[in-house]
Amino acid sequence: MDLTRFEKVSAVEWRVEPFGDMRVPAILYADADLVRDMDDKVFEQMTNVAALPGIVRASYAMPDAHWGYGFPIGGVAAFDADDGGVVSAGGVGFDISCGVRTHLTGLSAAAVKQKKERLADALFAHIPAGLGSTGAITLDDAQMSAMLLDGAGWAVARGWGESEDLPRIEEGGRMIGARPDCISDKAKSRQRREMGTLGSGNHYLEVQEVAEVYDDAIAAVFGLALGDAVVTIHCGSRGLGHQIGSEYLRDMALAAKEYGITLPDRELACAPIRSDLGERYLGAMRAAINCALANRQIIGHLTQEVFGHIFLKSQLKLMFDVSHNTCKEETHEIDGKRKTLHVHRKGATRAFGSGHPSLPQPLRDVGQPVIIGGSMGTHSYILVGTTESERKAFSSACHGAGRAMSRHAAVKRWRGRELVDDLARHGVIVKSPSLRGVAEEAPGAYKDAGAVVDAAQEAGLARKVARLRPMICIKG
Amino acid sequence: MTAPHKTAAAEGYWEHFPHDADVGLRGFGPTREIAFAAAARGLAAAITDPAVVAPKQRIQITATAPDDEFLFIEWLNALIYEMATRRMLFSRFNVQPTAGGIVAEAWGEPVDVERHQPSAEVKGATLTMLDVNKQANGQWRAQCVIDV
Repeated sequence: MDLTRFEKVSAVEWRVEPFGDMRVPAILYADADLVRDMDDKVFEQMTNVAALPGIVRASYAMPDAHWGYGFPIGGVAAFDADDGGVVSAGGVGFDISCGVRTHLTGLSAAAVKQKKERLADALFAHIPAGLGSTGAITLDDAQMSAMLLDGAGWAVARGWGESEDLPRIEEGGRMIGARPDCISDKAKSRQRREMGTLGSGNHYLEVQEVAEVYDDAIAAVFGLALGDAVVTIHCGSRGLGHQIGSEYLRDMALAAKEYGITLPDRELACAPIRSDLGERYLGAMRAAINCALANRQIIGHLTQEVFGHIFLKSQLKLMFDVSHNTCKEETHEIDGKRKTLHVHRKGATRAFGSGHPSLPQPLRDVGQPVIIGGSMGTHSYILVGTTESERKAFSSACHGAGRAMSRHAAVKRWRGRELVDDLARHGVIVKSPSLRGVAEEAPGAYKDAGAVVDAAQEAGLARKVARLRPMICIKG
Repeated sequence: MTAPHKTAAAEGYWEHFPHDADVGLRGFGPTREIAFAAAARGLAAAITDPAVVAPKQRIQITATAPDDEFLFIEWLNALIYEMATRRMLFSRFNVQPTAGGIVAEAWGEPVDVERHQPSAEVKGATLTMLDVNKQANGQWRAQCVIDV
């Protein structure tokens, strides 16, 4: 993007004052190089979001922002229901509550490396991954409703994981306000055999080594130490979320005129928070969040089974589980007053600072862990939320590296087999059902996650705690 | 942009266009329905090589919508739903008009991971770059970005 389209506030903050139908400014947090590399569509989308009814303070974009649909991926926007604020299916995305969790293994990376091949084979065999894969779980109607209401709590009650995991998941593992009755039979049928599956595309399970620690004190609170082995899982609400997203996106686009909403672009499809359609979407989306939380909880348990089998004394402990495609009701300070807002994070992570009441001890003393996934074979990062981020972007940070190249261009440039062999030479075992999928997810097709987290830190959105180096990557 | 994948003119053709994170899809044909069928082949090609998907089983799909563009979205989403719930891939399509919509046949087979090497599953059809129209040269073009 052309930097001259923005007012430079600092080296990592770029502002667009309202023009045209914009109700609030648009603010982008990134360094000049990251901004230059972004598609012009990011400018268009972040300024379009600023024109939506009831938007509060500003339309934000994170350092990993890229062209999405309606909202940019890496977009954050909060809406006030008392002021005609809207909820947008495109502002959440199709993979509702797609997110990341990191487990501590209690093992050193050195111990894991001794059994790396066996561990990689066992994880690949035990955890369903890729298109067309099904889990061992089939849900009947009653189980589906219970899962959609209770999320990770439902999974724990059935023996998938431990109750100690729940406080380490956003919303305590259970999103309140879920309404399974607002979800179509088609969406439920798409999910019936997909619990405990990774999915495909950029979803993965990685076994990683803590390669660098930036803040010893906070790393210790998170349970991380240099040379530790951890497991990170990235996936979402699977077919259920995709179907809900598709159906409500269509319904909102068709109903916008009825609600008197003029859309700068049809893909910004939305409905008033206080409308039948808006309330139904919120109920369905919250149920999809529970589906994603349950799904990651089950995969965490499957991972524990493998680790328990190979490393007899290994007991996985959940460090934290974050979601990055959500709309959540939160309280934030606006003009000196606490206000309840509906905060959309599309490809952005919630990043509460220390003292936030939703965080369990001892995390409340230091801030929320923010997990930033790298691309396959590259480093990931653990950050911590800051109190400053509340004022900067409604307590939000980036979510990943962000693509730098389309899937099609990646397939033309790289071959899956060569990538797998090359990563193996660099100490990373990649297991995937599809070599074409590996090529589409080539590390070179993504931006440098390091530059993204550095910009997030400099902007005050979150602070770096540790860097994770992959050892095993199970790709969906 | 991919080189257009042309077959016989009457069957239309498709192409992918670049999008940062997802895939842009375009189908062309002498009629709206042929353009929709061509786009469906492009949808299949976003997942696997359609040439390795044997047209062994046939399913029927109907779709209706208030206009051509939402009909295109409904058509793609119906295919995505069938692929997901039947664990199938499709490679051959026949689309016919009905009052207010289309009725279509899709031929394919169950997913064989080893042989099909499917990459990312498609999550849904988005309204991004959505456009269905008859161009000046008389060809119909149906396009949108699909989320993968």
